[in-house]
Amino acid sequence: MPVLCSSCGNKRAVLKRPKTGHSLCKECFFWAFEEEVHQTIVSAKLFNHGERVGIAASGGKDSTVLAHLMKLLNERYNYGLELMLLSVDEGITGYRDDSLETVKRNEQQYELPLKIVSYEELYGWTMDAIVKQVGLKNNCTFCGVFRRQALDRGAIILKVDKICTGHNADDVAETVLMNVLRGDIARLRRCTAISTSSEGDGVVPRCKPLKYAYEKEIVLYAYFKKLDYFSTECIYSPNAYRGYARTFLKDLESVRPSSIMDVIHSGENLSVREGVKMPQQGTCNRCGYISSQALCKSCVLLEGLNRGLPRLGIGKHHRLHDKILSQQPLTEKEERKLKAVDF
Amino acid sequence: MCQVDEDYHDQFEHADPPSVSKKCVKCKEATAAVVIRARDVYCRGCFKEYFIHKFRAMLGKNRIIFPGEKVLLAVSGGPSSCSMLSQVQEGLSQNAHKKLRFLPGIIYIDEGGAVGQSVKDRLRMVAELQAVFKATGFPFHIVPLEQVLDLPSSVVMKAPSPSEQPASAYKAAVDNFIQNDSSSCLTPQEQEETSLPDVQESHTQLLQQLIGSAKTLTAKEDLLNTLRQHLLVHTARTEGYSKLMLGDNCTRVAVKLLTSISLGRGAQLAQDTGFSDFRYDDVIFVRPMRDYSAKEIAYYNHMFKVPSVFIPNLDTKKTDKASIQHLTETFVTKLQTDFPSTVSTIYRTSEKLQTACKSSSTADHSDRCLLCMCALDTAVEDASAFKATLISEQLSGATTTEIPRQNPTPVNTESTAPTGQCCSSETGEDCGRAASGGGSCSSAKAPETTDLKSLLCYSCQLTIKDMSSVDQLPQYILSEAHRRLMRSQMREVISGFLLDDGDEAD
Repeated sequence: MPVLCSSCGNKRAVLKRPKTGHSLCKECFFWAFEEEVHQTIVSAKLFNHGERVGIAASGGKDSTVLAHLMKLLNERYNYGLELMLLSVDEGITGYRDDSLETVKRNEQQYELPLKIVSYEELYGWTMDAIVKQVGLKNNCTFCGVFRRQALDRGAIILKVDKICTGHNADDVAETVLMNVLRGDIARLRRCTAISTSSEGDGVVPRCKPLKYAYEKEIVLYAYFKKLDYFSTECIYSPNAYRGYARTFLKDLESVRPSSIMDVIHSGENLSVREGVKMPQQGTCNRCGYISSQALCKSCVLLEGLNRGLPRLGIGKHHRLHDKILSQQPLTEKEERKLKAVDF
Repeated sequence: MCQVDEDYHDQFEHADPPSVSKKCVKCKEATAAVVIRARDVYCRGCFKEYFIHKFRAMLGKNRIIFPGEKVLLAVSGGPSSCSMLSQVQEGLSQNAHKKLRFLPGIIYIDEGGAVGQSVKDRLRMVAELQAVFKATGFPFHIVPLEQVLDLPSSVVMKAPSPSEQPASAYKAAVDNFIQNDSSSCLTPQEQEETSLPDVQESHTQLLQQLIGSAKTLTAKEDLLNTLRQHLLVHTARTEGYSKLMLGDNCTRVAVKLLTSISLGRGAQLAQDTGFSDFRYDDVIFVRPMRDYSAKEIAYYNHMFKVPSVFIPNLDTKKTDKASIQHLTETFVTKLQTDFPSTVSTIYRTSEKLQTACKSSSTADHSDRCLLCMCALDTAVEDASAFKATLISEQLSGATTTEIPRQNPTPVNTESTAPTGQCCSSETGEDCGRAASGGGSCSSAKAPETTDLKSLLCYSCQLTIKDMSSVDQLPQYILSEAHRRLMRSQMREVISGFLLDDGDEAD
């Protein structure tokens, strides 16, 4: 017996929405999904008329759906935005070069200008070279820290007012859980925000229009829309701690599908006790980027790479910041601790 | 940032396996008997001292329990609460170094009816616990959960909160207590020999129907938890206790914190896991065991022969994914074995959260959740997970013609129907109660479910959503719900004449 769409009531349902459990036909699902993202954008006032917006595009499902939706909604609801794609080339052979091909196709398909910034031109290091020195442990730290800054630099080159990223509800919920497990109260408080306020020079505000979209629905949408995206896990992230949070979240979702939204709701309503020490935002003494320390994380990581001491930025070595700034040599003992460990 | 070994690497490098014949790190004389953490090995004597000190320090630091105050100890029979009981006993004994000065009583809630135990099993467990309780000489109350069906509505109403006591009051109270009489010892009350207060079979059936009306184990456990709390508060009130001690240990608190987050109780986290919980105004919940890990307690109970009784609960012998609570517990315990600082890290997170919003005492009680009595967290801005979920429900459930309604356009200025007590059908789905056949919701569920939801916090709404019907809920909850709904209806009618939107006391 065919199940009828619970929304229009006359077409045959082709899918069960992971988020609500409703059975919907293809058209009603498209419409509901697009409408929800539109509601998110409108209610959170993510954009203003006439703004230039960079879409952080990796070629993966989230950013491909995001690019598709942004273009579609911009036309449908007349946001008046000037959209462009912004990609970061981390320099991972067999992964990023392939996914960038997808982005280049998207450039054609959506007729949006594309800018690619690479780690190599910004930092002089590709991820391949970094992994050669650092090993498979901790390399995600480098990649993550560098990408954040790379996106900002790319945004400045493109002169965009805002960047939107493809973070979905699962990502946000996962981050809430991660920050609880790591006891990181400052990030716990920030991570559910849908957009970052402008934090200073050289930092472009970011937002997550897909914040309330389930990963599964994004895949469903991309699947039924036959969107062109690249799906392979990064070859360098075999055993990230995040994996635990992810597995846990997926298990939660299987017990109660609303769990993802429930976790986000929790995150949005946390109240932090007064008097808990929070990191103060300042600027990096070397590059001027935002930082809570004397040196920003990416300068420390870069310094470590260039000195052949890759562990300099792993763990806490704040006391060494002054030494790095004044270009003093490190003691032998300090150096030994910061050399790459056997792996 | 996201790598497995990152934060632990330094510790792993130096950690040598604790050798068997090590000396105690405290006295450096006796041979160590327990390993509490990686390098903290204690001898028997020092471990006992450390354990006892921790309990007193916890109470001393927080200064919440006043001398001479009646304190009800909630004992479930498990290792943690039994350990708490033994600590109170220890602290009240004549030769205690820093004597505790409150008057304890014990409560055990027999949940056998909800779990589906036979009467014979229930009697056996009660007898076992009774023996433990009698040995303490404290007055004790053994209450079957069935009694929750006969509670008065006052349980879920706001109680007049006791006059605020300034911090200095504590010291004055202590001095006063010492001057007056310090020799007064508790006189063990005569306990009547009833093994189990009469439980009618029909009551047990009703309770089982109630628990059974929750379709998921997650909701069952949540519901049971709520009912238990109500019964605890009620007993404390009728027996004149102003504090209630819970045996939640550090591991438990960590699991509870993560469970609460997973259940959407972020706003209530601090109350759910903090040292003190003020949500019931005149009965304050305290968690003096929250500094102890489950391991420490197990060691202590084993070494010093603290008796405990195994009582099966709803998730006993269930699979990992049976409920969110159970899943979380398994997750935390497993992660703890791989990363030994998991529990303490989560626990420290709970320390950084805002504790109970005492300042909201002025708020009208209807701002509190009908079930968990925490402040409602559903009045949120448009860009929120709560609103986003509502929009999703509307977009894919309703027929497309209804969609334009999603924009929050409060057109309530329209005068209500002349009948007064019924809302006009135009005001939409918030007033589904107007007529049971109103057809404002597409499903054929009891209209009360939608009504009830407006009185509940986000998380309790989820629990109610998992229930087949709300008719089985105890009368005290339903009648208070009715009262609140009537009141908000009245308020709506007279809203045009109220000068400001401020909250007025009932």
